[in-house]
Amino acid sequence: MTQSPTKSTSALSLADLPGPDTPIRRLHHPGRWLSGIAVILLLAVIGRAFAVGQIQWPVVGEFLTARVIITGFGWTLLISACALVLGVVLGFAFGIMRHSENPVLRFAAWLYVWIFRGTPVLLQLLIWFNIALVFPRLYIPGLVDERMVDVVTPFVAAVLGLGVNEGSYLTEVVRGGIGSVDHGQKEAAHTLGMTPGQTMRRIILPQTLQLILPVLGNSAIGMLKFSSLAATIAMGEMLNAAQRIYFINGAVIELLFVCAIWYLAGTTVLSIGQYYLERYFGRDTAATTSNRHWFKGWARRPAVEGEA
Amino acid sequence: MSLAVKAVGIRKSFGSYEVLKGLDLEVAYGEVLCILGPSGSGKSTFLRCINHLETPNSGYVWVDGAIMGYELNRDALQELPIKRLRAQQSQLGMVFQHFNLFAHRTVLGNVIEGPMVVRGLRRAEAEARAMDLLEQVGMAGKALSYPSQLSGGQKQRVAIARSLAMEPRVMLFDEPTSALDPELVGEVLEVMRNLARGGTTMIVVTHEIGFAREVADRVVVMIDGEIRETGAPGQVLSNPGDPRVRTFLSRVLA
Repeated sequence: MTQSPTKSTSALSLADLPGPDTPIRRLHHPGRWLSGIAVILLLAVIGRAFAVGQIQWPVVGEFLTARVIITGFGWTLLISACALVLGVVLGFAFGIMRHSENPVLRFAAWLYVWIFRGTPVLLQLLIWFNIALVFPRLYIPGLVDERMVDVVTPFVAAVLGLGVNEGSYLTEVVRGGIGSVDHGQKEAAHTLGMTPGQTMRRIILPQTLQLILPVLGNSAIGMLKFSSLAATIAMGEMLNAAQRIYFINGAVIELLFVCAIWYLAGTTVLSIGQYYLERYFGRDTAATTSNRHWFKGWARRPAVEGEA
Repeated sequence: MSLAVKAVGIRKSFGSYEVLKGLDLEVAYGEVLCILGPSGSGKSTFLRCINHLETPNSGYVWVDGAIMGYELNRDALQELPIKRLRAQQSQLGMVFQHFNLFAHRTVLGNVIEGPMVVRGLRRAEAEARAMDLLEQVGMAGKALSYPSQLSGGQKQRVAIARSLAMEPRVMLFDEPTSALDPELVGEVLEVMRNLARGGTTMIVVTHEIGFAREVADRVVVMIDGEIRETGAPGQVLSNPGDPRVRTFLSRVLA
């Protein structure tokens, strides 16, 4: 809407101007107070509901440090760590293959992503767990000759399922990261006489790692939570342990809350670790040389030292 | 004067567009050659063909006794394995318009990278020589800074030191001052002037007519992928024979 300036703003003549020390009165924000109070009330209602609801909080406290739960959480951490390492290794291997000069290698990497990103991770876990139905024996001449059920334990199936699935996502992340490193970096390395392998290892990958670190942090956090899916293949991680307890004592919600508390604790620690890791790797701000800040939404590190 | 570089019949097309239409060029040791020409005339592509950052569609470049990227084998040019091509490329120092310093390495790290990785020098030796070179370009005081903390002129001086660290036979400059703020051009040209005085063989693609007039032993003017004029800077710049070169020069000298 166009409106000519009203009399009150346009009619202030120069003679009426106040002195330089005229006090400034800040604008009030009653809306902020109202919405703030509304949210606090809502949180209080939710909090009270859980406090008076049919939850036996003493049971939550009792099982929070139960040996079975702690052992289960240990397995959760172990599965997550192994699967993440496997995922990162696969992600880098196939991500580099996606940039290969060889079309066959590029296709293989594409196929990997297509299959493992295109099917549910729960389904993949079940398939790995039952892989013995397809291949009864694992036979590599001179190395291994064993029954598949002995090789693919629930732990191995969980690590394979979660890791291979994560690798398919990280392949795309690494591919994007490599593509985001300025092309001139590669040319400069070539004119110095560095071979493709040296260029990749010493120039491209370090900068890629820095670009994708925020995404890797998200992967670690996601992996800790996705490891709970291993409960479905009889892996005795934390959720599975909790289920076995509440099948006996019936304290379903209490034990699920115990799990929730441990998962939150784990993801909180990881978030803090991610922050410091990014700050460490961001010390030369290599990201500023990249033209494509496709990851920007994730990059939460402060732009200026000490701003955090 | 013995020959350092000889380009023979270089042709390069991008798609159906022919950028270079059969170029021949000879550069002698100790010579400073400036390549001038309007934007889009193929100057940079020609330079990039000389060190095989772009592979010519036909023609070849001879550098100090060997053909870049090929080996003569029963009247045919047999393509070399990538490792041997890289070894050849490291004999030609390249300075880019956009510096292309390694963003994750310090100034010193940038200069020692080539000598350590490609030539297998030990760190202590590489660093000592790198500091000498950084001294030479006036950047020794910034050895531990990262590229993102430098001005454009400083970055380009580091980039020159990084190229020199490989002890190249010939230095190639691809519009080294075109990305710089006007007040930073002088410091880079000064470094290049000193190199020229020291007898470094240089091929410089540039828009700096003044630099060409003062420093170059010979000037080449390219228009539409062809060399239209070549000769001493005084003659070419003040009295060009080719009418299109005259038009170009009158525009840039105006």
